[in-house]
Amino acid sequence: MPKIHIPTPLRQYVGKQPAVEVKAGTIGAALSDLVAQHPDLRRHLYTDDGKLRAFVNVYLNDEDVRYLQKEATAVKDGDSISIVPSIAGGR
Amino acid sequence: MATTLEVKPEALTLSNEEIQRYSRHLIMPEVGMEGQLKLKAARVLCIGAGGLGSPLALYLGAAGVGTMGIVDFDVVDYTNLQRQIIHSTADVGRKKLDSAAEKLKAINPFLNIRKFDTRLSSDNALELFREFDIIADGTDNFPTRYLVNDACALTGKPNVYGSIFRFEGQASVFATKEGPCYRCLYPEPPPPGLVPSCAEGGVLGILPGLVGVIQATEVIKLILGKGEPLIGRLLLIDALDMKFRELKLRKNPGCPVCGTHPTIKQLIDYNEFCGIRGEEKPVETLATDIEVEELKRRLDAGENLFVLDVREPHEYQICNIGGHLIPLGDLPKRVNELDSSQEIVAHCRSGVRSAKAVDFLRQAGFKKVHNLAGGILAWADRVDPKMPKY
Repeated sequence: MPKIHIPTPLRQYVGKQPAVEVKAGTIGAALSDLVAQHPDLRRHLYTDDGKLRAFVNVYLNDEDVRYLQKEATAVKDGDSISIVPSIAGGR
Repeated sequence: MATTLEVKPEALTLSNEEIQRYSRHLIMPEVGMEGQLKLKAARVLCIGAGGLGSPLALYLGAAGVGTMGIVDFDVVDYTNLQRQIIHSTADVGRKKLDSAAEKLKAINPFLNIRKFDTRLSSDNALELFREFDIIADGTDNFPTRYLVNDACALTGKPNVYGSIFRFEGQASVFATKEGPCYRCLYPEPPPPGLVPSCAEGGVLGILPGLVGVIQATEVIKLILGKGEPLIGRLLLIDALDMKFRELKLRKNPGCPVCGTHPTIKQLIDYNEFCGIRGEEKPVETLATDIEVEELKRRLDAGENLFVLDVREPHEYQICNIGGHLIPLGDLPKRVNELDSSQEIVAHCRSGVRSAKAVDFLRQAGFKKVHNLAGGILAWADRVDPKMPKY
């Protein structure tokens, strides 16, 4: 099963796990399965009208899905999906 | 590709003392006399002398960077010392600029330090950046991140980027001619409040050390023109699992600041862009707020008030006022532990999370809920001075 890496700021919404396994054939389905498993995460990834938020970047392995087929990008077993949100801390 | 330096390294020489000091650089072929003179000619601007700025400035100063600018308006406090290693206990209360400059001069008296005692803004950034070759971003908030990026793109200076949260960091080199900028990766900032700051979320003390040293490494590589800089790559650092991962970044042709048809040609209002009035946004006092003195008086009078503490269990261990602990995130599933007929006072550390708890409870039909203004910090300041503050 593909695995989604959960970044620190979002781990509190997935029972503090660093990664979640999903059943899915595409990026869009993988994210849907993720928020179905962890509904608290939904508002952090999607806008109220169901679009992925602009500051949330999704990577399939080391490629930005915006430069693949976006949410239609195919995923297979063993693939690693990353959610890369912006963080700003420095002090 | 080496960064263009305005001061020509060929015009400089090293004194015998400098040759001795930089001996370990001079004997390696990747640096040598040529590289050391490039370092001496280089002018690097560090934005912030805090968590990332501390190791960054210390290593760049030691390495022989000729001119270092530091922009900071802050004062050293006790909570900084766990990670901001350029400052020491005796510096608490001093300007970070003065404290940092003193340490840097002690390490390397050849260093030319330029202190800018100001908050970086749209009014001063372009002028400031033009006087330097490379900008190292060690700030702590989204408006300044976008400001640094745009000012770098507009002045053509590389933005050596690092950022941290808890035990996770990111590093990259943005805004070079051939590479992507911060906006190519994050076209829009997150709405305020969705991503917690280090002050709210905490940060492992060593993490800015790890990330700041990666930034210093990238600055030095850019000056020397050696190795593979982090251009077009985002390095993700997970200190807890000690895993480093790398993601590909692409220059977005539609990027408003570095794309083929840029729409941002001058600096904008970054607080407005990020939807906030600044990092230290004061929490609004609402009619439902209760002051710490009033809570103390009413508790002492034996009134039947239910004190709800919405912080995390590890915070409760640091200090508490005996409230019933339900962390904010658990409130929806544990709301049945509360009695809506009773008057409830919710509190957290500073009043931000408890304000969210009060909103939630009101929506859930609770009518008699108050937010303790200023949280347990205000309690420590005004009611119980023996209580520790964190």
